[in-house]
Amino acid sequence: MSNLQVSVYRYNPETDSAPYMQEFQVDTKGRDLMVLDVLHLMKEQDSALAFRRSCREGVCGSDGMNMNGKNGLACITPLSEVIKGNKLVLRPLPGLPVIRDMVVDMGLFYKQYERIQPYLQNDTPAPAIERLQSPEDREKLDGLYECILCACCSTACPSFWWNPEKFVGPAGLLQSYRFLVDTRDTATQERLSELEDPFSVFRCRGIMNCVAVCPKGLNPTRAIGKIREMLLAEAT
Amino acid sequence: MSNLRSLTFDAIIIGGGGSGLRAALELAKSGKKTAVLSKVFPTRSHTVSAQGGITCAIASADPNDDWRWHMYDTVKGGDYIADQDAAEYMCSEGPKAVFELEHMGLPFSRFDNGRIYQRPFGGQSKNFGEGGQAARTCAAADRTGHALLHTLYQNNIKNNTVFLNEWYAVDLVKNAEGDVVGCIAMCIETGEVVHVKSKATVLATGGAGRIYASTTNALINTGDGIGMALRAGFPMQDMEMWQFHPTGIYGAGTLVTEGCRGEGGYLINKDGERFMERYAPNAKDLAGRDVVARSMVMEILEGRGCGEKGDHVFLKLDHLGEEVLGKRLPGIVELSKTFAHVDPAKEPIPVVPTCHYMMGGIPTNVHGQAIMQGEDGKDQIVNGLFACGEAACVSVHGANRLGGNSLLDLVVFGRAAGMFIEGALNAGIEYLDATESDIEAAMARMTRWNESEEGGETVPELKAALQDIMQASFGVFREEENMQKGVKQLAELRERIAKAHLPDKSNTFNTARVEALELDNLMEVAEATAISALERKESRGAHSRYDYPDRDDVNWLKHSLYFPATKQLKKRDVNFKPKTMATLEPKIRTY
Repeated sequence: MSNLQVSVYRYNPETDSAPYMQEFQVDTKGRDLMVLDVLHLMKEQDSALAFRRSCREGVCGSDGMNMNGKNGLACITPLSEVIKGNKLVLRPLPGLPVIRDMVVDMGLFYKQYERIQPYLQNDTPAPAIERLQSPEDREKLDGLYECILCACCSTACPSFWWNPEKFVGPAGLLQSYRFLVDTRDTATQERLSELEDPFSVFRCRGIMNCVAVCPKGLNPTRAIGKIREMLLAEAT
Repeated sequence: MSNLRSLTFDAIIIGGGGSGLRAALELAKSGKKTAVLSKVFPTRSHTVSAQGGITCAIASADPNDDWRWHMYDTVKGGDYIADQDAAEYMCSEGPKAVFELEHMGLPFSRFDNGRIYQRPFGGQSKNFGEGGQAARTCAAADRTGHALLHTLYQNNIKNNTVFLNEWYAVDLVKNAEGDVVGCIAMCIETGEVVHVKSKATVLATGGAGRIYASTTNALINTGDGIGMALRAGFPMQDMEMWQFHPTGIYGAGTLVTEGCRGEGGYLINKDGERFMERYAPNAKDLAGRDVVARSMVMEILEGRGCGEKGDHVFLKLDHLGEEVLGKRLPGIVELSKTFAHVDPAKEPIPVVPTCHYMMGGIPTNVHGQAIMQGEDGKDQIVNGLFACGEAACVSVHGANRLGGNSLLDLVVFGRAAGMFIEGALNAGIEYLDATESDIEAAMARMTRWNESEEGGETVPELKAALQDIMQASFGVFREEENMQKGVKQLAELRERIAKAHLPDKSNTFNTARVEALELDNLMEVAEATAISALERKESRGAHSRYDYPDRDDVNWLKHSLYFPATKQLKKRDVNFKPKTMATLEPKIRTY
C-alpha cells in the first residue's frame, strides 16, 4: 500500500468544459493514513486541488466526501477502512452542484436545515437561572444534538436526490426531532404542522443510507419514524 | 473612487466562532445592519472542538459557590498578569451569559435535580484556594463547544443575522486619521474582492495554533485577525504566552479534554507511577495546565517517558468504567479509538503536551475596544476596531488560561462587545471615509501574491519551515540562545515568504490563495511570539525559561506589548483594581 493510486474528481469551471477524473500516485510510506492526509499529500503535488477541511478530527463536518463509493469524513476515515486493492476513488458528495473539484454547493442542504426552525422555542418567560431538565429528559437528546451538518446522510439519500427542495432530508429531520423531543421546547404543534405535507417527512422511504454513512453513528431513520408517530398521533 | 465593489454595514464581525456569533447575536437583536464574515461555514469554526466545558460559578454543583472564588482561581492561574477588572467582569457576568445559553437551547448535561451538570477542572478551588477542589465547569457531555457553537448559530438564524460565509478578510482599511473603517475581503467561491465599509470592525478570528508543528488547533487557526492588526501597525499583548495542553494525543495532536482528569483520570509514567503527586501534592493532576505540561516534559527528559522512544506519557481512564466513559466522555472514547487506536476503557491513552491556546492577542478593554499605547505610555482606544475571543487579550487569562475559561471568555466578551457597539452606534459614530490610497494599502499583499512569479518557494514548504522553527525554539521550555536562533531564522523566513510563488491564480474556490494569505498571518504571529518570548526575561505561567527559572515580579509583573513597526517590546501595566472587591495580591503559585 506504499504507493497508492488515487483517482480524484476534478472540475474548475474557469478552465474545464466538463469534469474529469485525475490520477495521482501517493507515497504513503506504508502508513495507514487518514484520507484527509492523502488529500494534503496530493495538494502538495498540485496546489490547485480544492477541498474543504477544518478541525481534522471529525467534529466540524467540513470534509464530507465520497470515498470509494461511500460518503464519510476524510479526516477520520483511515485508508484501511475504504481501500479496495491499491486504489482510492474520491468524488464530491453526490447530488449537490459542484463548485470546484471536491467542493460542493451546500446551499440546498442548509436551506432545508433552516426550514425546520433549528432553534429552541419557548413562549414562557425565562427563569433567573437555567430551565430545569431531568437527566432522563436530557438523555432524549442524545443521538440527535451531535449532528455536525456534514451532509453525508442527505447526499446519500435517494429521496433527497429526487426532491432536494421539498424533502427536508435526514439531517434536517434529525434536528427537527431534536427540538420536538426537547422538553424545554413549546412549539411542538407548530413544528408538526409544518411537516404534515406529503414531501417534508413522508418522502423518506426507509432506505437507511443515512444510517449507513453517518460518521457520528447517528440514526436519522429512527428520528424520522418518531416524527411520523407524532404526526399520526396528532391526526387521530 | 476605487473600482472595488463596496458593501456597507454598521458593524462587521470577522469570524464565525463562539465570540463572533455571540457578538453578532447581540447586534442582530438590536436591529443594526450587521454581518458575520467567516472563512468557513460558522459551525466549522474551532469553537466546535472545545470539549470539557464552560467554567462558571452558577452554583449548581455547590449551592454556595461564589464567582469571587472563580476569579481568584483565574487570577492565580494566570500567574497574576490577568487584569483583575476584566477577570472580575468575566466571572461576575458569567452566570448571566451561561443561563442565556441554556435558554437558547444549549443541551447541557444535568444533575438529578435538573440543574446544569458541573465537573471539576484544573486549578479550581473553593473559598480562595482554602476550601479544596471545586466542580465549576458546566458541560454538555464532552462536546460542550459543539453544543455551544451550534446553539449560537441556530439563534443567529432565528434573529436573521446576515452571513458572508466562506469569505476571507484580507486586511483592515484605515482612514487618514488611523481609524479602522472596514476591511478588504474576498468571496472564496467567486474570488471577488470587495471593500467592506463599517463603523465597527470586530476581529473574532480566534487563535493561531498552526504556528506550531504540533497543535490541537484546527487547520484554519492561522491568526488571521492578529496578522491583520499587526500589518495595520497595532500592538499585540503577551504574545509569548502560549498554552501547551497536557493531553494532546501522541502523534496526532488531537485534544483529550482535561475533563478526563476532572472525572478521575490521571497521568502515569513508564513505571506506572502517578507522577503528578510529586509535582503538585494537593491538586495533583488538576494543577494548572502549565504546571502539568512542564511536569510531563520533566518526566520525559528524565527518562521516565513511555513508548519505544520514551517521548510521551499515559493518561489512565480504564478505572472509571465503561458507564462513566460512555456517559461523560463519549467523544474521547471515539477520538482515542480513531487517532490513538486504543480503547480507553481497557488501555491508557498516549499523550504529550501540545500547543493549544494563545493567551495573548489584541489588547482590549472589557468592551472589546482595541487598545494601543500613546507616546506618553498611556492606553489609547483605536477608533473602529474591536476584538473578542481568543484573538483578543482582555486579559482574563494572563500567563496561563484555566480550563473551561475560554468558552466563558467567548460568550461574556462577545456579548459585551455587541452591547457596547450597539450603544456606540446609537450615540452616533462618524469617521472619515477611506481614500483610494488607503484601500490600495490594504490590497497590497493580495496584489503581491496575485503578481508572484515562478521561481519562488511554495506555501506548504514555507509553512512547514515556520512550524518547525516555532516548535524547536519556542516550545514548553525556552532559553536565550535557542530563541535568538529562532528569531534569526524567522527573519530569514520572512524574506523567503516575500518572494514565494502562488502558482494557481484562478478565482473559483481557490484554496491555494487562501493558504498563501494565511501564511502571511502565521508569519506575523510567529515573529510577534518569538520576539516577545525572547524579551520577557523571567518564567511566568506558560512562559518557562531555563535561563530565568523564577518569576520576577519586580520587573515583569507586567503585560508585554509588541510593536510591529519597530519589532520591539514595551511593557503595559496590569490592572489590580477590581471594582467590587479587594485586590488579589500576587502570591507564590503552588498547587
